[in-house]
Amino acid sequence: MNRFILSRILQAVPTLWVIATLTFFMTRFAPGGPFDAEKTIPEEIKVKLHSHFGLDLPLFDQYLLYLKNLLQGDLGPSFKYPGWEVSELIGSAFPVSLTLGLLSLCIALLIGLPAGIIAALRQNTWLDYLPMSLSMAGICLPSFVLGPMLIFAFSTQLGLFPPLGWYGATDWVLPSLTLGFFYAAYVARLTRAGMLETLKLDYIRTARAKGASDWRIIFGHALRGGLLPVVTFLGPAFAGLISGSFVIETIFFIPGLGKFFVTAAFNRDYTMVLGTVLFYATLILMLNLLVDLLQAVLDPKSRSSS
Amino acid sequence: MSRETSSSLGREAWRRLRSNRMAMIGLWALACFSLLSIFGPLISAFSYDQQNLDRVFEGPGVEHWFGTDNLGRDLFARVTHGGRISLAVGLLATLVSLVIGVSYGMISGYTGGRIDAWMMRFVDVLYSLPFTIFVILLMVLFGRNFLLLFLAIGAVEWLTMARITRAQTMHLKKAEFIEAARALGYSHGRILFRHLLPNLIGPIIVYATLTIPAVMLLEAVLSFLGLGIQAPMSSWGSLIKEGAEKMDAAPWLLFFPGTFFCLTLFALNFVGDGLRDALDPKTSKD
Amino acid sequence: MTQLSIEGLKVHFHTREGIVQAVDGIDLQIEPGEIVGLVGESGSGKSVTCNAVLRLLPLPPARFENGKIFWQNRDLLQGSEVAMQSIRGKEISMIFQDPMSSLNPYLPVLDQVAEPLVIHGMASLEEAKTRAREMLLRVGVTRVAENPRAYPHEFSGGMRQRAMIAMALITQPSLLLADEPTTALDVSVQAKVLTLLKELCTDLGVGILFVSHDLGLVAELANRVVVMYRGKIVEQNDTRSLFAAPKHPYVKALIACRPTLETTLNRLPTVEEFLSENQDNLQNEEIPAASLDTSDEILLEVNKVVVEFHSKSATVRAVDQVSLSIRKGSTHGLVGESGSGKTTLGRAFLHLIKPASGEILLRGEMVDWGNTSQRMNFRKSMQIIFQDPYASLNPRLTVEQALTEPMLVHRIGKDSVERTDRAVSLLEEVGLSSQHLRRYPHEFSGGQRQRICVARALATEPEFIVCDECVSAMDVSVQAQVLNLLRALQASRGLTYLFISHDLGVVKFMSDQISVMQSGQILETGSPEELYRKPKNEYTRQLLEAIPSANRSANF
Repeated sequence: MNRFILSRILQAVPTLWVIATLTFFMTRFAPGGPFDAEKTIPEEIKVKLHSHFGLDLPLFDQYLLYLKNLLQGDLGPSFKYPGWEVSELIGSAFPVSLTLGLLSLCIALLIGLPAGIIAALRQNTWLDYLPMSLSMAGICLPSFVLGPMLIFAFSTQLGLFPPLGWYGATDWVLPSLTLGFFYAAYVARLTRAGMLETLKLDYIRTARAKGASDWRIIFGHALRGGLLPVVTFLGPAFAGLISGSFVIETIFFIPGLGKFFVTAAFNRDYTMVLGTVLFYATLILMLNLLVDLLQAVLDPKSRSSS
Repeated sequence: MSRETSSSLGREAWRRLRSNRMAMIGLWALACFSLLSIFGPLISAFSYDQQNLDRVFEGPGVEHWFGTDNLGRDLFARVTHGGRISLAVGLLATLVSLVIGVSYGMISGYTGGRIDAWMMRFVDVLYSLPFTIFVILLMVLFGRNFLLLFLAIGAVEWLTMARITRAQTMHLKKAEFIEAARALGYSHGRILFRHLLPNLIGPIIVYATLTIPAVMLLEAVLSFLGLGIQAPMSSWGSLIKEGAEKMDAAPWLLFFPGTFFCLTLFALNFVGDGLRDALDPKTSKD
Repeated sequence: MTQLSIEGLKVHFHTREGIVQAVDGIDLQIEPGEIVGLVGESGSGKSVTCNAVLRLLPLPPARFENGKIFWQNRDLLQGSEVAMQSIRGKEISMIFQDPMSSLNPYLPVLDQVAEPLVIHGMASLEEAKTRAREMLLRVGVTRVAENPRAYPHEFSGGMRQRAMIAMALITQPSLLLADEPTTALDVSVQAKVLTLLKELCTDLGVGILFVSHDLGLVAELANRVVVMYRGKIVEQNDTRSLFAAPKHPYVKALIACRPTLETTLNRLPTVEEFLSENQDNLQNEEIPAASLDTSDEILLEVNKVVVEFHSKSATVRAVDQVSLSIRKGSTHGLVGESGSGKTTLGRAFLHLIKPASGEILLRGEMVDWGNTSQRMNFRKSMQIIFQDPYASLNPRLTVEQALTEPMLVHRIGKDSVERTDRAVSLLEEVGLSSQHLRRYPHEFSGGQRQRICVARALATEPEFIVCDECVSAMDVSVQAQVLNLLRALQASRGLTYLFISHDLGVVKFMSDQISVMQSGQILETGSPEELYRKPKNEYTRQLLEAIPSANRSANF
C-alpha cells in the first residue's frame, strides 16, 4: 500500500514540473504577455518584477530562478496590488473558497447519495422519476442562472438570506446551495447508475440466495461496488468545484480565491494569475491522489495492480 | 428465422429511440431551437446590434417580442443570434474534440503496448489539469479570439473522448471478429475503418451528444466571467450575464436567454440518454 | 414424505419481442436426501425452474403464470418476501455456475461463508467465522487458514466453487439447488468438486437438485434424472433405467448424439433425426472409422515453437518448445485444460500471435513474413474458426458482406456478381441458403452463426483450418450438426484440421492423431485408440479418469 502511495506521489511530481514549465514559457512568449515592452506598468512594480524574475539574466537562468522561487513558495509580487505578494493574497483568499467548496461538497453528497440509492431501489416509480428529473434540472441549470434566481427568490422577494458578502453563517446558505445543487445532481445520477449496475450482478443474487434482507444487500454488498463511479467522479468534481466557485463567488460577491483569480484575469494581473494557476494545479493533483487512495481502499482488486 | 426484411442495428436502434418519449420531445425541441437560431435573426425586424436609445428596458410587447435591453437592442434578435453562436460553438468544439479524441483513442487502443502506455500517460497528465483555469489563462494571454475560444474548448473535451474510444477499442480488439479479420489477411487500415470504427460509432455518438451541452456550458461560463464572447456579439452565456446584472429592473433579460439555454441543455441531455439506451439495450431502464 | 413438490409450474417471460414460455407446466418431486439431476439444453427451462424455487427470478419480466411449489407443506409461491428470506440459505441453499462473479469481490471469502449463519441468527459473528473456517477447511480451501482476509480473486476457480459449497452448506439446509456448478471448471477439477458435493451432502443428509446440460455428468451424481425440453419435462426415471431404456425420442437423441470415448461412428446422429418420425432410417452407423485417404505429405509443421507473454511482473511461457507435424487431409486433435497453451498454439500456427522462437513450415518452407505476397498466400491457405459464434461476426456487416470481403481482399472472383454467387454456394455448402445473404448476424441462432463462420473461413479456399473450441459453447444437439458438417467438408474439400478442444470425446471423434498438452508442453501424441486405451503419460490417464463414466461409453 505504501508503495502505491509513493509511486503516485512520484508520478505527480513530473506533472507539476510540466505545468510550471509550460506556464513559464507561455508567459514569456505569449503576445500580450506581461513582458511586452508596450505595457505600461507602475514603476515600483516594474522594479520588483525585474528583481524577482531576473529579467537581465539569460533565459535558462531565468527559468531556474523561477523554479527556485516556486519551490520556496514565492510566487512574486502582484501586478495590481502594490505591496502585496501573490502568496499573501492567495493565503487570505483561499480559506474562504475552501469553506465554500467543502460546504457544497457536503450538500452534494448528503442530497445526492441517498437520492441516487433510493431511485435505484425503487426504479421506475415516482421515487425514481422525481429525484431524477430534479437532477436533470440541476445539470441543465447552470449556477449562473440558478444563483441569480435564488437571490431573486430568497433574497429580494422573501428577504431570507443576504444576497452577497461573506460575513456570517447566513451568507453561506445560498452560495453553497447553488454550487452544491449542481453536484448533487451529478452524484445522484452516478449513484443511481452505479447501484443499478451493481444490483444486476451475480454476487447480489448470491446474497439474496443466502436469505439477506434488502437492507443487508444494499449496505453489506451493493454499496461498495455501486459507489465506485461516484468516487471516480470525485476527482473531476473537485476540479469542477474549484472552477464553479469562480462563478459563484462572482455572483455572490464572495472574497474567495476564485473571485480574485477572475478579477486578476480581467485586469491582466499576470503574476496573480500564474500563481493561482500553479496553486490550483498542485491542489488538484493532491486531491486526485486522495481520490486514488480512496479507490484503492474500496476496491481490493485495484490494489495489487497499479 | 422467417423475417423477410432484414434490420440493421441502426434501424433497430432508431426504433428503440422513437419509443422513448422524452428523447423524442428533446429532438423536437432541438429542432425548434436550431431553426429559431438559424432563421430568427432573418425574420426579426431588428438586427442584434441595433441600438435604439429611446426604447431602453422595454418589456416584451408587440414590436419587441422579447423586450429590449439597456441599449434598446431587441432581445429576440439578440437571443436568436446568441443561439447561433452558442450552438455553433457547441457543435464545432464537439466536432474538433471528436476528431482528435477518436483518432487518438483508436490508434492508442489498437496499437497497444508501449506506445499506448505513453499516449495514455500523456492523457492522464492533461486530464488532471484544471481546464477551466487553463482556458482562462489562455484567454488572458492570447486575448479574446473566437477561433481560439472554440479551439481551446474543443481541446479540453477531447481527452474524455479519447479515453472512451480507447476503452471501447481495446474491448473490441479482443473480439473474435477482429481476430478473424486479421486471420483473413485484412490490412490494418481496413480493420480500423471497416470493422472497428463502425462498431465504435454507438458510444461515440452518445458521448458526443452529451459533450455538446458540456461545451456550451463551458462557453457560457467563460462569457459570464467576461472572458468569452464580447458585446455587441452575444452568446446565451453573455446574455445571461447581462440579464443577471439587470435582473431587478428587467427580469425578462434573464428569463429569455436563460430559458432557451436551459431547455436546449435539457433537450440535448434527454436525447443523449435516449441514444445511450437505444444503442445499448442492456443498459436500458428495464 | 416428499420434501419439495413442484406442481404445474408455469413461468413466462414478458419481453419486448413477445412472451417466452420458459417453463410450461411441470411436476417434480424431491424426497429428503435424494439427488435429482435436471438435464436440458439451452432454452429448456431448467435454470428457470431452479431459480423459481427460491423465487430468485427477476419479476418483471418473469411472471409466475400458474402452479405451486410446496416445501414441507407450504406453498412457496404464496409466501411473503420476508418468509422467503428465512428459507433462503437456511432450509434451501443454492450454488451457481460462475464462482468468480457469484462471490462478492470486495469482501473476504471467510466473511462471505460466515454470513448465512449471521443472517439467520444461528451464531454470533465471531462464532460464525470460526465455523466458516472449519467448513472451508473441510471442503479443502486450506488457504484460508494462513490468510483469513483473502479475497475471491486470489483463489482459483475450483477453490472458489468449493468456498461456495461451504457457504451453501454451512447452515445445514435440507435441500441444495445447484445450477450448473461445474460447467465453468476444468474436467479434472470438475470431478473433484463433484465428489466433494456427493460426499458432503450424503454426510449431512442434504438433498440436491443438480441442474446441468451434461447428461453424463448428471448420471455420475444423481439417483434420478429428469429431462426437460422446451419448458416441459419429457421423461424422468432413475438413472440406470433412463440410460438403459430411454423412452422419449429426445432423450434417446441426447444420449446418442454425444461423442463418447467409445464411439466408432463416422457421423453423429442429430436430435432432428430422432425427433422426426424417420426412426427406421436410423441404422447404427457402426462403420469403423476408416482413416481417410490421408496422403503422406506433411502440410504443416512447427518446430520448437515458443510463445511468451510479457507482463510487468513476469514472463509466462504459454507454449514451450512445441514440435508438431500434420499430414495433408488429416485432423490433428489438441487436447488440454485451461492454461495448457492449446489456444495459444493454435493462434501461433496462424501467426496471429508471434512466436518468440521456432519455425512454422508450410509444405516444408518457412514463410517470410516481411514479404507481402508470401504473407497473403499464407493467410489465404490457413484459416480459423473460433469458439464464440456471437463474437466472431462483425455485427455491422451482412452475411453477404462478411463472405465476399475475404474474396475481395484475396482477389478471388472477378467481379461482385461472381463473388456473390460464390457466397451463395458457400452458404449452401454449410446448410444455409441464399435468403440469408442480406441478413445481419444478430438475426441468427448460435449454431447458424457458427455455420456462417465456417462459410467465411472457406471463402478464401483454404487448405488448413484451426478449429479452436468451435463447438464448446454449443448444446450437444447443435454440436453434433456442426461436427458432422466439419467432417463432411473435410471429405469433400480435402481440408486439413487442427482441432482444439478440452472435450476428449469430441476430439477423439474428429481426430486422426491427438496431442495432449499441459503447461505449454506436449506430453504425448498418438492415435485416438492408443491414447485412450494405453495412455503413456500420467496426466493423460488422469484426464481420462476424470471423465464421467456415462460420457465414456454409450452403455452406462
